Amino acid sequence: MSASARNLTIAFFALLAAGAVSPMLFQGVRFPQWLEIVIGGLMSGVLYSLVALGLVLIFKASGVFNFAQGAMVLFAALALVKLMAHMPFAVALALVLALMVALAWLVERLVLRPLVNQEGIVLFMATLGIAYFLNGLGQFVWGADVYTLDVGMPKEPKIILDKFFEGGILVSSEDVIAAIIAGLLVAALAFFFQRTSTGRALRAVADDHQAAQSIGIPLNRIWVIVWSVAGLVALVAGVVWGSKLGVQFSLQLIALKALPVVILGGFTSIPGAIVGGLLIGLGEKLSEVYLGPLLGGGIENWFAYVLALVFLLFRPEGLFGEKIIDRV
Amino acid sequence: MNLRELEPGEVRRAVGAPILALEAISLAFGGVKALSDVSFDVLEHEIRAIIGPNGAGKSSLLNVINGVYRPQQGRITFRGEARTHMEPHRAAAMGIARTFQSLALFKGMTVLDNILAGRNLMMRSGLLLQALRVGPALAEEIRHRRRVEEIIDFLEIQHVRKTVVGRLPYGLQKRVDLGRALAAEPAVLLLDEPMAGMNIEEKQDMSRFILDVNGEFGTTIVLIEHDMGVVMDLSDRVVVLDYGKKIADGAPDAVRSSQAVIDAYLGVKH
Repeated sequence: MSASARNLTIAFFALLAAGAVSPMLFQGVRFPQWLEIVIGGLMSGVLYSLVALGLVLIFKASGVFNFAQGAMVLFAALALVKLMAHMPFAVALALVLALMVALAWLVERLVLRPLVNQEGIVLFMATLGIAYFLNGLGQFVWGADVYTLDVGMPKEPKIILDKFFEGGILVSSEDVIAAIIAGLLVAALAFFFQRTSTGRALRAVADDHQAAQSIGIPLNRIWVIVWSVAGLVALVAGVVWGSKLGVQFSLQLIALKALPVVILGGFTSIPGAIVGGLLIGLGEKLSEVYLGPLLGGGIENWFAYVLALVFLLFRPEGLFGEKIIDRV
Repeated sequence: MNLRELEPGEVRRAVGAPILALEAISLAFGGVKALSDVSFDVLEHEIRAIIGPNGAGKSSLLNVINGVYRPQQGRITFRGEARTHMEPHRAAAMGIARTFQSLALFKGMTVLDNILAGRNLMMRSGLLLQALRVGPALAEEIRHRRRVEEIIDFLEIQHVRKTVVGRLPYGLQKRVDLGRALAAEPAVLLLDEPMAGMNIEEKQDMSRFILDVNGEFGTTIVLIEHDMGVVMDLSDRVVVLDYGKKIADGAPDAVRSSQAVIDAYLGVKH
């Protein structure tokens, strides 16, 4: 990271910290209330990170921006709901996972392999096609109703820290469990990437296709693996989002929220996807609560996109992405 | 300077039977002929050079051996097995490793990880065992690490083992590239202009490494260069290409005095 890029990043975080703390200083907001909003923001940020993670994994390994990630989330959640009607949760989960691996294999065979060496935009358009296909297939097989997904997550909010503050802090236990699951998934992925030979092969492919092939890494198999991992991430996101919001068509719109997350964090950075998701979740909630009264509310809906726009203007590679310098 | 002199204690393995043979290879990109009817063989334990002016088809030839390009005609025989073309990852599995002219390293990974990646094909233990580093996976990891450390010592890059490759100077990156290829313990090592862009000192270092690899491990080496001087000192036999055709093949001295080679390099009066 160059010195100016580092300064810009530090400046951004300083601004963010100031923005996050200022309500307490200037508007006389009480600390527990503020903490409640911060925790709520971070929790919803974790969910954005989950979808963004799937995008980054595929982008790193194959240079494809996968527009179908949101559709994969919906597809996985829908399949899980329908299968759970006939069998126990664990069996259904395993079956859906197998389904996502099969999907990865099909995508490699029918889409990526015939389009190898094509421009990025061509592959992007292909993933648009995959997204529509998955939506159509899901609705054709399982219908377009809204389903509830009950995987046994506790719904009641909990009050914590009531010894320290009057009234304590209200936390949704569902959000806490979701955050723990997301944390475990990220830790498992990090172990997989850093320590296993397959993980090393994935990182190698992400850095240089030709060199990876020269040391005996077959690109086709790596693509199947990486799409399968993205399928797994989509499944986890589908379970968490689905049980929170219900399984419905709008679930895939959260993929649109993942777009500003990866712009913020950098398209090629796994830590970037996580930090980006947390920042956007936090920023949304804080701005809604504290800037909302000034600007007329509804900030939560556009905050992420405006932040992404600012980043595109001043730091297009994101916080953690690699700066691409073309040699002349 | 005679690079071919043996160090005390070094045993240079005797050149053996052909390990790799190309027969009548022709390769065209659309209407452009890159290679026409090129045949030659490589003997076990020898250093075989492919030289020629810019655009002569040297890199294309290397990419045919490595499987990146699929020739329209011809046959490649490697260790007695004949085929019309190779696949890059299959070539690696069969014991052919390579380096790249314009560096193709895993820039985001450390030197250690880059070279370790060269041994990826040999890692056999299960994913979960590897991730947790227990049982046989731990023993395997230690074994591979030890071998990688030997290569790092051999190439004299101990001081940068944990550095991310993208931050290293060019000359060291070239060594990492060589190290990654060596890590696979290949039967044949393909070097694509290993000395390109280097100063005299770096060239001498690289020449020494190439000779040591050949001498100590008995690795068969096929190298491309357009710097004639370096090649003549290093190699046992030389193939000369010009406009995609083979114009000479033989010992360095014979090739150097060949009229066709002199014409190709210096141009002919019309």
